[in-house]
Amino acid sequence: MEIIKARNLKYDYLKYDDNGQASESYTAVEEINLDIRPGQFISILGHNGSGKSTLAKHMNALLIPTEGTIWVDEMDTAMEPELWKIRQKAGMVFQNPDNQIIGTVVEEDVGFGPENLGIPTEGIWSRVNKSLEAVGMTPFRHRSPNKLSGGQKQRVAIAGVMAMQPKCIIMDEPTAMLDPNGRKEVLEAVHELNRKEGITVILITHYMEEVINSDRVFVMDQGHIVMQGTPREIFSRVEELKAYRLDVPQVTLLAYELKKAGIPLPDGILTTKELVDALCH
Amino acid sequence: MIRDITIGQYYPADSSLHRLDPRVKFIGTFLFLISLFVANSFWGYLLATGFLGGIIFLSKVPVKFMVKGLKPLFIILLITVLFNLFLIPGKELWSLGFLTITVEGVQQAVKIGIRLIYLVMGSSVMTLTTTPNQLTDGLERILRPLNKIKVPVHEISMMMSIALRFIPILMEETDKIMKAQIARGADFESGNLIKKAKNMIPLLVPLFISAFRRADDLAMAMEARCYHGGDHRTQMKPLIYERKDYVAYGIVFIYLAADILIRIFL
Amino acid sequence: MSLKLEHVTYTYNPGTAYETHALKDVSLEIPQGQFVGVIGHTGSGKSTLIQHFNGLMRPTSGTVYYNDEDIWQEGYSLKRLRSHVGLVFQYPEHQLFEADVLSDVCFGPKNQGLSQEEAQERAETALLQVGLKEKYFSSSPFELSGGQKRRVAIAGVLAMEPDVLILDEPTAGLDPKGRDEILDQIAYLHQERKISVILVSHSMEDIARYVERILVMNQGKKAFDGTPKEVFAHYKELETMGLAAPQITYIMHALRENGLAADTSAITVEEARNSILKALGRGEK
Repeated sequence: MEIIKARNLKYDYLKYDDNGQASESYTAVEEINLDIRPGQFISILGHNGSGKSTLAKHMNALLIPTEGTIWVDEMDTAMEPELWKIRQKAGMVFQNPDNQIIGTVVEEDVGFGPENLGIPTEGIWSRVNKSLEAVGMTPFRHRSPNKLSGGQKQRVAIAGVMAMQPKCIIMDEPTAMLDPNGRKEVLEAVHELNRKEGITVILITHYMEEVINSDRVFVMDQGHIVMQGTPREIFSRVEELKAYRLDVPQVTLLAYELKKAGIPLPDGILTTKELVDALCH
Repeated sequence: MIRDITIGQYYPADSSLHRLDPRVKFIGTFLFLISLFVANSFWGYLLATGFLGGIIFLSKVPVKFMVKGLKPLFIILLITVLFNLFLIPGKELWSLGFLTITVEGVQQAVKIGIRLIYLVMGSSVMTLTTTPNQLTDGLERILRPLNKIKVPVHEISMMMSIALRFIPILMEETDKIMKAQIARGADFESGNLIKKAKNMIPLLVPLFISAFRRADDLAMAMEARCYHGGDHRTQMKPLIYERKDYVAYGIVFIYLAADILIRIFL
Repeated sequence: MSLKLEHVTYTYNPGTAYETHALKDVSLEIPQGQFVGVIGHTGSGKSTLIQHFNGLMRPTSGTVYYNDEDIWQEGYSLKRLRSHVGLVFQYPEHQLFEADVLSDVCFGPKNQGLSQEEAQERAETALLQVGLKEKYFSSSPFELSGGQKRRVAIAGVLAMEPDVLILDEPTAGLDPKGRDEILDQIAYLHQERKISVILVSHSMEDIARYVERILVMNQGKKAFDGTPKEVFAHYKELETMGLAAPQITYIMHALRENGLAADTSAITVEEARNSILKALGRGEK
């Protein structure tokens, strides 16, 4: 069964005038069809304003579709009574690490979700311990979040979501505000959760190099899903990606340029090793 | 600068004071503040000094850190002391023109000075040894009876803990915006009061906008983590009194009693 | 016209247990018109360094010169210095405060003592230079997209017509499209107005593409100072500092190790392509 399924999802943002009447509407996403199976690592690519964040917020019932339906773990998000259950199943990590940490001590922040779910005290502690361990933040559990690096803060945020024992974790540009080391740190943590705990991950990003190890990639532009496939399939369509103003990793770009110059190379080279093997052997 | 204020800051350490139930520290601090106004004699102040000294020693917070916290309050302290020094009538000690210092004035100024300093230090010990979260948890528990008269105790304490979490972030942000505007030639120092206030606009507007943006983000993050008010919420660190807490209560009450006895008999 | 640091050291909380050296004996000179990249991982001292360039921070010891004048000597106007040395902070859009774009950009020039008309003229020029269309001039800065806001903020510093423009990660949080647009505009300004540009960035690819000189900061010290090719040749040492070279550098080294005579000093895709084609005997097309 799909963990997340969307059919013809559409969302309009409404602009309200001074009288509280909807005066303008603007379609952020449209004709979205998605099937995400449990345990998959999914990436959604697109530049700012492409609708990827709007889509992400639907997966956590923070937004409810204007038209169409989205099911999270077979629950229709438009069915209001199930809202908390949905959010527990599909946790969300946001872009700004500072603005999503509620607790003033790392471990207390991780406990925030389970507290809201009404888990008994002992249960909260075991979940907090386990989640902190899973993202490698146990040594920092008594620290103030303000004293952590950006990457560490995001790992705390991930632990906070993990403590709710979700089936799926949606990350809305979790690395956009981090330095390269922080980015690596966060990505490694998420991939490990995906591998070891079998958590479904939906990574929303505009960094192409972050999607290389995903099972499946969706490219969004102007509210539509315009490309989908494995990273290799996506990366072999360099011209198209450029047209969507996405950043092709240098190795893919170089392979593409060489191929254009007449060197016989396979499509969609993703890593340095692949290129070296293709050129030297 | 503002950053030196130690009230509201937590000093991580593992001391017997850190481990106390926040309710004990709350009520203890409150009683200590009362004791400061009960004390009126040398012996009373000596007792308070001893008590505060002992507490600071137990807290394992460096004294330097505490003294630093007094710095921003220096002006208030100075004004209060000066007011008392010059404005209390009594036996003249020294005078110059309309300024007169009296024996009573000196006494009063010293008392007020000590009271204020101890008041600030006493409260800082509480905040330095208690995480803001524990602090609000404690307050929530102490105030819980007010729930019956429809006071939204949980919401208030949630707001407090969020405020505490974001104060350092907003401080840092203030610093950053200030520097950015100075780089654009802004002047936050010169001019008269009105001009100065006007010059603050380039600092205050971005700060407010940022605070609202953060509030928006945070509200969404809380919702995403299933926050829906205080009902059916459990606690990771529920407050349960232990033996050490009763002992601490005992010590505070003995101290207060001694203080009152000194006031009456000495 | 140059910026010069001589033995600059900056210490936080000197004399206390928290004493930390953010800068340690840094000496360097940036002649007018250079495009310099500053790299270093978070906490390496690069932010402290750039704040010394326009007098926002005062060295604990050492001297900062602008045009051979000590900026901390008595009577030196730091305000004037700041109109020559413009500094754009990280996420500069967070400092916007006026009701409309144009007024916000006028803030700097007005602080320089220019009249309303002059300030407005400068603001308009600066906004066009960063590529913001005229139709946005009277809109509220808060209605613009992230990339547009960023450009308004940069224009706010440009309108002061600085001779040196310092940018602290001007592309942080922007998507590739926004990033390219802003960097291209900055490179264009550098060309057209002959200003010095000091660009702090985490992206080695961006640095490799635009700058002519790289300063590498590590633990408060200047670790390397040279052309991109020189600096990226030290890619193994860069890694020990928590940095990396552009991906191309790694590709070229890997190719060479596997027997292809690739030029390991190539740092852009184009250079790499040409070098590989040459090594494969295809020559340039």
